[in-house]
Amino acid sequence: MNPVSAALYGLMKALIGAHPRWHGGPPSWEQCIYFANHTSHLDTLAIWAALPAGLRPKTHPIAAKDYWGRGPIRRYVALEGLNAVLIDRQREGRVGDPLAPVIETLEKGDSIILFPEGTRGPGPLPSAFKSGLYRLAQLFPLVRLVPVYLENLHRAMPKGTLMPVPLICAVRFGAPIPNVAGESKEAFLERARAAVVALA
Amino acid sequence: MSLHEKFYWLMAGVGGVLLLATVIGTILHVKAGSGPSVSVVQNLNSRIRAWWVMVGIFAAAFFAGKAATLVLFGLTSFFALREFVTLTPTRRADHVPLFLSFFVLIPLQYLLIADNWYGMFAILIPVYAFLILPAVAALAGDTDLFLERIAKTQWGLMITVFCLSHVAALLLLDIPGYQGQNALLIFYLVLIAQLSDVLQYVFGKLFGKHKVAPVVSPSKTVEGLLGGGLAATAIGAAMYWITPFSPLQAFGLSLAIVTMGFLGGLALSAAKRSLGVKDWGSMIEGHGGMLDRVDSLCFAAPIFFHLTRFYFSV
Repeated sequence: MNPVSAALYGLMKALIGAHPRWHGGPPSWEQCIYFANHTSHLDTLAIWAALPAGLRPKTHPIAAKDYWGRGPIRRYVALEGLNAVLIDRQREGRVGDPLAPVIETLEKGDSIILFPEGTRGPGPLPSAFKSGLYRLAQLFPLVRLVPVYLENLHRAMPKGTLMPVPLICAVRFGAPIPNVAGESKEAFLERARAAVVALA
Repeated sequence: MSLHEKFYWLMAGVGGVLLLATVIGTILHVKAGSGPSVSVVQNLNSRIRAWWVMVGIFAAAFFAGKAATLVLFGLTSFFALREFVTLTPTRRADHVPLFLSFFVLIPLQYLLIADNWYGMFAILIPVYAFLILPAVAALAGDTDLFLERIAKTQWGLMITVFCLSHVAALLLLDIPGYQGQNALLIFYLVLIAQLSDVLQYVFGKLFGKHKVAPVVSPSKTVEGLLGGGLAATAIGAAMYWITPFSPLQAFGLSLAIVTMGFLGGLALSAAKRSLGVKDWGSMIEGHGGMLDRVDSLCFAAPIFFHLTRFYFSV
């Protein structure tokens, strides 16, 4: 682990614990798309810190360029500490496919962490998922889709606050959701959201 | 004997007891096999392993000096308050008061000990925090359950920060003929409070029949309380040579530590039950959370501090 990663890991343990709970069987060493509810800026760090050390180097959080890419320190932490892949959320002035860097990562065989709501919500339960997760599931049908529920993070650093409060947070990993042939986009996204809610 | 000589003897004693406990635990483990008592023995052995770690950290902080001791107890307060707040329902409007509690009040409380400023140490949380935190919470404009929320925040701060910091505050006392040895008083308080817990547990497991408080804390028994409490008090009296007290005074003060420790365990058990949990956390294997380990100390420390301050310090 490089020093930035080690410091981030220690900080997460001291602040929020980020204790993993494997409800759907032990951690998988196969390629995974982890998708979770999104309530705070600590979410990316929490899931990353909860993963077994051996999985971290091959797992890339998908982070918003307009937050994690802003300023040299934050950018350095995201890229060097977390192996993040930055994507462009803004529609205006965007060229090409915003998911292109994500697809590239999955083609390499690495795992990703995704927040399908696209933005942080006010409460613990996720709102409707955007279509990105559906597209990735269609493109990579063999990659395991692992639902993750982040507990207490909406209390540790709610939307609109600048500093975290130390609270013990759990990261609940569920069983991968199965592929259903011929399922509509809306039905898939709702089923994926329900899998996260079921872990709450 | 110098401070360090006394400390080496004490650590040798504690190490010897832990070694004995480890040997007994291993024998019980082999004997239990896969019988009905296997989970009790497993819990006992993880408790003993955790004791080795806790004693190691405590001894290291003692050798590293005053600053390290303050950091150790500051972190203990931090993790205990973290457990308390995690289990307490708070709302978005409590964010700033909680942030101030963790990142301003905890460091400040321990810095005041470092600075030997007793007057401010004694009122920072009961006066300043008590008045300012509710005002800050009110500024957020959320009145739902306001009284419940601010009361819980203040209670958590009082127990985990104000009360617990009285262990480290023993360094503040100026006791004639005992200068430079106050760290031994910390050792004494922690040793008697923790021994009392352990001996009550052991006596309770061996002889326990009559429950003291079946609703609040089903594991506490009259036999455990009397047997373990008196044994810990007797050890406290016999340890008078590391304190500024006479044997009889040491007996009285140990009795105060044991009694307050028991009451602390009881009151914090009631708090846990009202929050619907059995343990405060899972930080220390076999023991539960940090607050499960220091609950008796939270109640014993302020009383031991003030009795010592009133009768022995100038």
